[in-house]
Amino acid sequence: MGTARDTICALASGPPPSAIAIIRVSGPKVRDICTKIPERGLPGPRRAVFGKFFDSSGTIIDEGLILFMPGPASYTGEDTAEFYLHGGSAVIDHAIDAICSFSETRLAEPGEFTRRAFENGRVDLVEAEGVADLIDAETRAQKSLALDQLDGRLSRQYAEWRQELVEVLALLEVSIDFPDEDDAPAETAGPVSVSLSRLAGGLERALGDDAVGERIREGFHITIVGPPNAGKSSLLNRLARREAAIVSDLPGTTRDVVEVRLKIGGHIVWIADTAGLREAADQVEAEGVRRAKARAASADLRIQLRPADKKPDFSECEPGDLLVVNKGDLTPEATWTGDVIVISALTGDGLPEVERRIAGIINDKAGETVAPLITRRRHRLALESALFHVKHAIDGLNRGGGAELVAEDVRLAARQLSSLTGEIGVEEILGAVFASFCIGK
Amino acid sequence: MRGAFDFDVIVVGGGHAGCEAATAAARTGARTALITHKLATIGEMSCNPAIGGLGKGHLVREIDALDGVMARMADVSGIQFRLLNRSKGPAVWGPRAQIDRKLYREAMQAELADYPNLVLVEDGVEDLIIEADRTCGVTGQTGKSYRAPAVVITTGTFLKGVIHRGEERIEAGRIGEKPAIGLSDRLYTSGLPMGRLKTGTPARLDGTTIDWDRLEMQSADEQPVPFSFLTGKIEVPQTSCGITFTNAKTHRIIADNLSRSAVYSGAIAGRGPRYCPSIEDKVHRFAGKDRHQVFLEPEGLNDDTVYPNGISTSLPAEVQEDFIRTIEGLENVRIIQAGYAIEYDYVDPRALTHGLEVKAVPGLFLAGQINGTTGYEEAGAQGLVAGLNAARSAQGRPAAVFDRAEAYIGVLIDDLVTHGVSEPYRMFTSRAEYRLALRADNADQRLTRRGEELGLVGRTRAEMFHVKQQGLETGRKLLKALSLTPNEASHHGWKVNQDGQRRTAWDLLAYPDIGFNEIAAVFPEVAALAEEDSAQLSIEATYSGYLERQKADVEQLRRDENLEIPRGLDFSSVGGLSNEVRYKLEAVRPATLGQAARIEGVTPGALVSLLAHVKRRRPERAAG
Repeated sequence: MGTARDTICALASGPPPSAIAIIRVSGPKVRDICTKIPERGLPGPRRAVFGKFFDSSGTIIDEGLILFMPGPASYTGEDTAEFYLHGGSAVIDHAIDAICSFSETRLAEPGEFTRRAFENGRVDLVEAEGVADLIDAETRAQKSLALDQLDGRLSRQYAEWRQELVEVLALLEVSIDFPDEDDAPAETAGPVSVSLSRLAGGLERALGDDAVGERIREGFHITIVGPPNAGKSSLLNRLARREAAIVSDLPGTTRDVVEVRLKIGGHIVWIADTAGLREAADQVEAEGVRRAKARAASADLRIQLRPADKKPDFSECEPGDLLVVNKGDLTPEATWTGDVIVISALTGDGLPEVERRIAGIINDKAGETVAPLITRRRHRLALESALFHVKHAIDGLNRGGGAELVAEDVRLAARQLSSLTGEIGVEEILGAVFASFCIGK
Repeated sequence: MRGAFDFDVIVVGGGHAGCEAATAAARTGARTALITHKLATIGEMSCNPAIGGLGKGHLVREIDALDGVMARMADVSGIQFRLLNRSKGPAVWGPRAQIDRKLYREAMQAELADYPNLVLVEDGVEDLIIEADRTCGVTGQTGKSYRAPAVVITTGTFLKGVIHRGEERIEAGRIGEKPAIGLSDRLYTSGLPMGRLKTGTPARLDGTTIDWDRLEMQSADEQPVPFSFLTGKIEVPQTSCGITFTNAKTHRIIADNLSRSAVYSGAIAGRGPRYCPSIEDKVHRFAGKDRHQVFLEPEGLNDDTVYPNGISTSLPAEVQEDFIRTIEGLENVRIIQAGYAIEYDYVDPRALTHGLEVKAVPGLFLAGQINGTTGYEEAGAQGLVAGLNAARSAQGRPAAVFDRAEAYIGVLIDDLVTHGVSEPYRMFTSRAEYRLALRADNADQRLTRRGEELGLVGRTRAEMFHVKQQGLETGRKLLKALSLTPNEASHHGWKVNQDGQRRTAWDLLAYPDIGFNEIAAVFPEVAALAEEDSAQLSIEATYSGYLERQKADVEQLRRDENLEIPRGLDFSSVGGLSNEVRYKLEAVRPATLGQAARIEGVTPGALVSLLAHVKRRRPERAAG
């Protein structure tokens, strides 16, 4: 849980994707963050400075603007910074990760920026009343996202965790608060340990789904890769059923990543058309090729598109890639061995098959994760923190630590999960105690 | 104005809340009167003859740390001291003792009889004197008026008390004592929100007719641990309690007569406590259990009365005798007085401030069961706070409040005034979010200095406290100054991470497997510390990691508690509040932003709106 001294950050613009994403940061660590993340170091006060941003490992996050506003002359009255980035989920995630990797820095709670602004006398009453509604809307939205579900599996899983936590806490508390009762179990370490291990296992499985859940909620990313003039842009336009990318016969027409949002088989899909992979002719194209490679590497699925009029070379593909040969209409008699789809981006032949295969792959990925999918980053953080406390509790049990210490860890875990499970108050735990045990001397 | 009053503070009632209220007010220098209908029942234990337990024992220690009377009285009347939860960590050790009712009553009456600034008056209080919407005293049965600017009411179950036993209904505050109807009517007509609760008590048995030889006995601790920080050693002879069990026959009789129980016949409207069910409840709700434990608790060293803890009931007297005689060891028992359920009025404590003053009636304070609680310890704790604040109000000072991070007393009162009650409220350690910090062993360190500042703590205690503090500080410094490397630690057989970090003796004490003796074997200078200091410091060190982690939470709590919401704030003038939230805020009228946040259903947005109001009301005032 956070404190008022923490540095907080949040996406201040709308949900991704958007043209530009604004990430706002406020608190004592802002100066440090603004010194280390931008390539040119700490920008001057209230001056928008353009440049590259790097995380602590030296990996580039994005290129954009940074605005540093020292307190007290800022929205919150504290040192504040705003990062203006490209508005894709991957970039935003990366940037927020990089910021939150600073000590005592975390995601903001709903309304926290505004609250700080009040506390520092930066907002007047009329504004306050306006934002109160916004904050509650934000809280409600978070809650409904928490409860939003794929096949109801999420809410079932959360309900199970909640039940498990209530039971463990009831067991611990009954042994602490009612030691003199015949019906209260004297020895609770065994059942508590079993429950905690089950809980830890569940949290680990949920966290181990490799962020697929987040991907699927925010969109499944597909990149079309292939040599120049393979027809990648034509395929994209076919799938999008509109002219999203400029198509020409000139190799190297697409110089940057073009991305369109589609629905395939009920899933949100982002398909990126990239610059053809070849030795670039000029510097701009070279940057396009570099980005194409980066994008291809981070995609959930790559469509390897090859022209049919040359001998298709799939040697650089990886397992799991979707292999497609374009312009089948030009060489109708040709046959290809292996798992290859033949299409004509020009006539649309074979396109339904591509869509069918994409939907199948997404369904498989969604289904292969045993644990329900974690759909929001905040929830992932909550799960990680809860898992830490549950493990600490298990460790304490194994070392023979007192029930009161184990209970403390479990309480902290429950508090971390409360955004998913709802709060577990003492009355509920006592209710479980009195319902399960006959207490009362 | 002061001259027009007979007293600064009047306390109505001589139970556990009343005794603490009167003595607390008197300690601060207020001229105090305790008025009760019967001086001979001051300090009476009307229910079970025991003090302390989990959470409750913590409260007793806190009362003592503020120089209250309950702990010292229990130390001279306790006949079976047991420290509960010894197998668990010290944060949840619960001091408890069976009490000799007569010794306790006598000790309390002697204590109060020559307590400085305190006058005892025997009269039944029938009404309050209220002038210009302010409390100005009380009227006695004879029509005599007693005038004071602050009044504390601690009338327990006496407000419209009705005893139920089978089909019998008796209007009474306690068995054989009439209820306080006039005062109850006055509280009703004052527009206070009131409700009804019930509680129960078992039959009292003649110990000479119990076959003790057949029963398992539970003895006192070898080394009784006193309640009071002032008590060196327990001098009262220690005795044992018997343990027996109900059986299938008992349950059959109870089940067959369930409809004759006042609770089950629907005669009682008030809610009873879940944690103290009647034997009817136990048999009915836990039908699968083939026996229930019964503790046979002696009511005194020279008293043959036995309190059978675990079988409170409102069945008719003849049924009580039938079922009790089915229990092993009780086959030939004589019942001295049958058990009963009692229903009584309480005031919804959300009508009170954290100082336990009725918001609508300045100068009127309530403490104890009248606020919906149960238990001597809960009553005593509230009594102390109400007495203190009644005195402060009479002296024109602002209320003193204990917060959730410094005392169980704070948890108790905050729970009451924020959430109200739905059953008689009892303290449990699970109610305290800072349980590891709020220990019975450190109640003095948490509260005595504060008590001194409030004028609650006398010279003797203050001096003892300072000597102890000095010893602890010396020990703390020493333990933090001594250190060794991980390599050295492993030479002593201690498992620590080989991370190259030196660890102090203090750090090492936090390891579950390293005790004070092990430390002293390695660092001989530590062995010179006084035994009680080293025990205290070991406990502190054990929890230090957790407490460090809690610090930030506590800071946040205190920050929100410092944001006061103006007392008469018109919540409809606060924009951005939904009707639902406004209704909830109006029901509680929280004193601080922190309290508002603890009310269920108050949204983050609503808090921001409130915060804006708070900030606007006191622009740019220096912190604090």
